[in-house]
Amino acid sequence: MDFQSCVNIKKEWDIVGARQLGRDIAKKVGFGNVDQARIATAISELARNIYLYAGSGKVCFDAIDELNEKGLRIVAIDEGPGIQDVSQVMEDGFSTSGGLGAGLPGVKRLMDEFDVISRQGEGTEIKVVKWLR
Amino acid sequence: MSTLKLDLQTYKDLMKQYIETQNEQALYNAEQFSKHSIQQNISPDEIINVHFQALMELYPDVPDDIRNSMNFLLETMISYGLAYQEYQALREKQLELQSELSVAAKMQQTLLSTVKPEYNQLDVGATSHPAKQMNGDYYHFVEDQEGSLGIAIADVIGKGVPAALCMSMIKYSMDSFPEKRMEPSIVLEGMNRVVERNVDPSMFITMFYGLYDTKDNRFFYSSAGHEPGFYYSAKEDTFKDIEAEGLVLGVDRDTSYKQFEQQVDPGDMIVLLTDGVTECRSGDDFIEREEIAEVIRHYKHLPAQEITDQVYSHFERLQDFQLRDDFTLVILRREV
Ligand SMILES: Nc1ncnc2c1ncn2[C@@H]1O[C@H](COP(=O)(O)OP(=O)(O)O)[C@@H](O)[C@H]1O
Ligand SMILES: [Mg+2]
Repeated sequence: MDFQSCVNIKKEWDIVGARQLGRDIAKKVGFGNVDQARIATAISELARNIYLYAGSGKVCFDAIDELNEKGLRIVAIDEGPGIQDVSQVMEDGFSTSGGLGAGLPGVKRLMDEFDVISRQGEGTEIKVVKWLR
Repeated sequence: MSTLKLDLQTYKDLMKQYIETQNEQALYNAEQFSKHSIQQNISPDEIINVHFQALMELYPDVPDDIRNSMNFLLETMISYGLAYQEYQALREKQLELQSELSVAAKMQQTLLSTVKPEYNQLDVGATSHPAKQMNGDYYHFVEDQEGSLGIAIADVIGKGVPAALCMSMIKYSMDSFPEKRMEPSIVLEGMNRVVERNVDPSMFITMFYGLYDTKDNRFFYSSAGHEPGFYYSAKEDTFKDIEAEGLVLGVDRDTSYKQFEQQVDPGDMIVLLTDGVTECRSGDDFIEREEIAEVIRHYKHLPAQEITDQVYSHFERLQDFQLRDDFTLVILRREV
């Protein structure tokens, strides 16, 4: 897959950079204010997880611009320890931020498509898509 | 999408009405609008957005600073929206669990149901109420052809589903005993072995087994660490504890249980209970055992079943209708 742009995540500060780039692309695709804010929140969650649990990784953005569908694809990739039990993590109320509704289940709600591939000891790749309606 | 548009229009109209009149009617409409939105699972960030859009349509010349401040507000509300949606999802899950639990509770009720025996010379009353949906208390009557009545009463320490599952096992083991007259000590020794083999050591079960011989009105009993009941002597008008020491079930597979005997005179009562009764509290204080005896004495002119029901009502009220533990009370009274 050929990505328009990626942001490396190493420091907490990089989360802001990822949000900024994601929002700029979302704006260009044509997303309104609410969706921009939702996309930015999803990026925060993904980037913060990389920063916290994998140490480093990257978040990549890809504007989808085809004849009958427009949207934004975001892929968060790291080579960290991997997520132990994805099903459990996707349950509401599991996140350590408990009760804030955020975490990966929140990302799933904010976006239209959500996919996780995680291998223990090898890393995690989370792919999400928001469609423009 | 169309419903959201419709809502935007409604919101815009309501807001306009309020801005022009500033009357209570418009505010009441706003309340109705928010209730309706909640019903439709609309999250707070969407309301902010609708407000934002309505504002733009009504006042196209809103200064940029205000616009930006609205964006800022929207951004801060996104997480609230997520928290709200999570709350909705958890609420649905909870309702699901609740209905599963009530099916389980019904099954348990059927499973644990016992027929209250009828004798001329023995008036029997029994009542059992779980603190939560499922009951960790158990009582059971066993009648045999020779005119003896066996009464089992047991309490799993702990409550809710784990206690209830444990109780179902007790019930099945009791059912597997032969239906002939059984010595209390033998019953408890058998149950002790069952529990020792099948139950997690972290769970404790106390049990009392009594055998009432209706031919000569003698009562035999043994206890496995169970809360002592009361013996009411009509002649002396006094309550005394039914003492019977014995180890709780499942601690040591070779435990033996001592058996005791009591001659029952006309008007005398045997009161068996679980610690849900003795550990009732009024405010922060545990009630005293004497208090229970006094309440029973107060109702002793009534039939046994009514006594148990009244005593339950009394303590239910005392605890503001929120039982802390499962509550079981059985009363036997010799009539003639
Ligand atoms: N990129 C990742 N690499 C390794 N583990 C992760 C990653 N992302 C999430 N996890 C694990 O999944 C859990 C849940 O993540 P999340 O839903 O974001 O909630 P929170 O970060 O608040 O705990 C984390 O606590 C962490 O153990
Ligand atoms: Mg997280």
